[in-house]
Amino acid sequence: MRREPPQKLADYGPLFFPAGMLIVFFVVPFATMIAVSFFRRDPAGFYSPDFVFDNYARFLSLFFGKVLGFSLFLAVAVAICCVVLAVPFTYLLSRAKRKTQVLWLVALLSILSLSEVIIGFAWSTLFSRTAGITNLLVMVGIMNEAVALNPSFGAVLTAMVYQALPYTVLVLYPALVRLDPTLTEAARTLGASPVKAFFTVVVPALRNTIVATLIMVFIFALGSYLLPQILGRPQHWTLSVLITDQAIYQSNMPFAAAMAVFLVLVTLGLVALTVYAGRKGEAA
Amino acid sequence: MRDILKTNVSRRAVLGAGVAGASLLAMPAVLRAQDKSLKVGVYGGYFKDSFDKNIFADFTKETGIAIESVAEPTGEAWLVQLEQAAKAGQAPADVSMMSQVAMLKGQSTELWAALDTAKIPNATNLIDHFVNKYPDGRIAGIGAVAWYITLVTNTDVYKEAPTSWNALWDPANADKLGLLALVSNSFLLEVTAKTHFGGTNALDTEEGLVKAFEKLAEVKPNVRLWYRDEAQFEQSLKSGEIPMGQYYHDVTGLAAADGQPVRSTFPQEGGIMDSGCWALSRASEKVEEAHTFINYMCQPQIQSLLSRKVGTAPTVKRDLLDLTAEEFAAVSSDIEPIIPRYDLYTSKADWLNQKWTEMIAG
Repeated sequence: MRREPPQKLADYGPLFFPAGMLIVFFVVPFATMIAVSFFRRDPAGFYSPDFVFDNYARFLSLFFGKVLGFSLFLAVAVAICCVVLAVPFTYLLSRAKRKTQVLWLVALLSILSLSEVIIGFAWSTLFSRTAGITNLLVMVGIMNEAVALNPSFGAVLTAMVYQALPYTVLVLYPALVRLDPTLTEAARTLGASPVKAFFTVVVPALRNTIVATLIMVFIFALGSYLLPQILGRPQHWTLSVLITDQAIYQSNMPFAAAMAVFLVLVTLGLVALTVYAGRKGEAA
Repeated sequence: MRDILKTNVSRRAVLGAGVAGASLLAMPAVLRAQDKSLKVGVYGGYFKDSFDKNIFADFTKETGIAIESVAEPTGEAWLVQLEQAAKAGQAPADVSMMSQVAMLKGQSTELWAALDTAKIPNATNLIDHFVNKYPDGRIAGIGAVAWYITLVTNTDVYKEAPTSWNALWDPANADKLGLLALVSNSFLLEVTAKTHFGGTNALDTEEGLVKAFEKLAEVKPNVRLWYRDEAQFEQSLKSGEIPMGQYYHDVTGLAAADGQPVRSTFPQEGGIMDSGCWALSRASEKVEEAHTFINYMCQPQIQSLLSRKVGTAPTVKRDLLDLTAEEFAAVSSDIEPIIPRYDLYTSKADWLNQKWTEMIAG
């Protein structure tokens, strides 16, 4: 079949539907948000259309800088933990029997059906002093008395990794299944141990997939606002938590929109930087 | 109850309102038969159901005015809707139950029609602070229901009930408290001012507010959980995981009655009393009916009924009520309450919010 460039307007037809969806469900809401972020806040009422920079000015402070920094750090930590756990796991999974694979994938998909609220409350029970996992350790005799493991940074990180891991595995899985097994076989015949073959052959061959997965989990984790609230202390609250506070509890839409726009810009910047650095690394 | 007050309108309420609306459309004859009617906005869900069942039917029987109850969302969404409708000369509800902060915000745009106390003789039954007035003395709203936030403890962990809000500052309670996470719903600045600075007047100046913030920051090491979601704290309180904190008096009482090891204590400085007002939209044409309705709601026996059936604290004076000591204690207390400084949450909303967030998260 020969592919021709579109000649008439009608040839572009199939593009109209996705373009329309993109405009209605992404461009319009996002543009509205940008517009609202410049509106004037009225503390005694709601907001009025205007063009002011107050909302952005309020955001540029040490306090919000720290919160933004923590949010980015948390998202990066979640992304790295997920990828470090998921790459070896998915590699072994892709080499396992078909039945085992199906079972694991069904289990992972079922985690996706859990809402963030259920995950948060389940982990807060598991980490509690009165009913948590430390009680098991006391029973076995490893610990002397049950302790509470939340609220803490570890608790937030654990729950967020738990929530993001299925996505990570599902994104890595197709690439790993398609990976040519003769590559590792060649490495093994040349004398590499399985571990060495994994690190010197499998990981470099998947470089682009891994970077893409890191970015996906990073962005996914950046939007989390429920788990840090349920499992963390106030210093573990992300920027998304503060955005929710402003939008829902303070009725300060302009400020919430300004914070959200800022978060999106920083995220896009970081992603662009990663992609750019990846290209450079490839060229070298 | 507070789930309904703090969250948006529940799905059930929307469905309910939809069904109610549809059946009204389907039965115009019924509407015509009732020549007098009134649309009343109440918080959707539990509140609306309770009012429909326990109050509105009797009201219609007694006065011949049909009530069409409207499920209103909490927060400021309903205020914004009323405001925009009033600009167009419409009233989605004639009378609405509004939070105190919403009352003040509505005052700033003259949204509330001034009420005439000559037509509400029962208003004299009310405790004075439940009459919401414009700065020039016109009456903007009349207290509808009230509720308390008190000091709650797990009885297994604390054999003795605490007596003062000072327990929040006690170093012995390190990492044991659950407190509300927002400045505008925890009212902890008021508690700090009453406990340590002689009263909420200490918050009149910015200097006083800063002092209260500094004092309040001392409780931070004791706080295990700053909660937005009530279920989260209630569960931890029952299990003893977080054995002390601030919580709603009525809900704690219900849990204790269920056999849970929890208790609610009115500290000597008083419980925090929050409330809702009946307010009439300036766009409403049902002024007479609205006054009749508000007058009806101010009767002591109706307030007693609300306390028994809905669990709210009465807005009329104690000596007029026929509640037994036990029934009264289940919803209220004779100790003078801490009344939140609602004015601050309109005039200094953003400043307070910023200071508060920096205090707890910083």
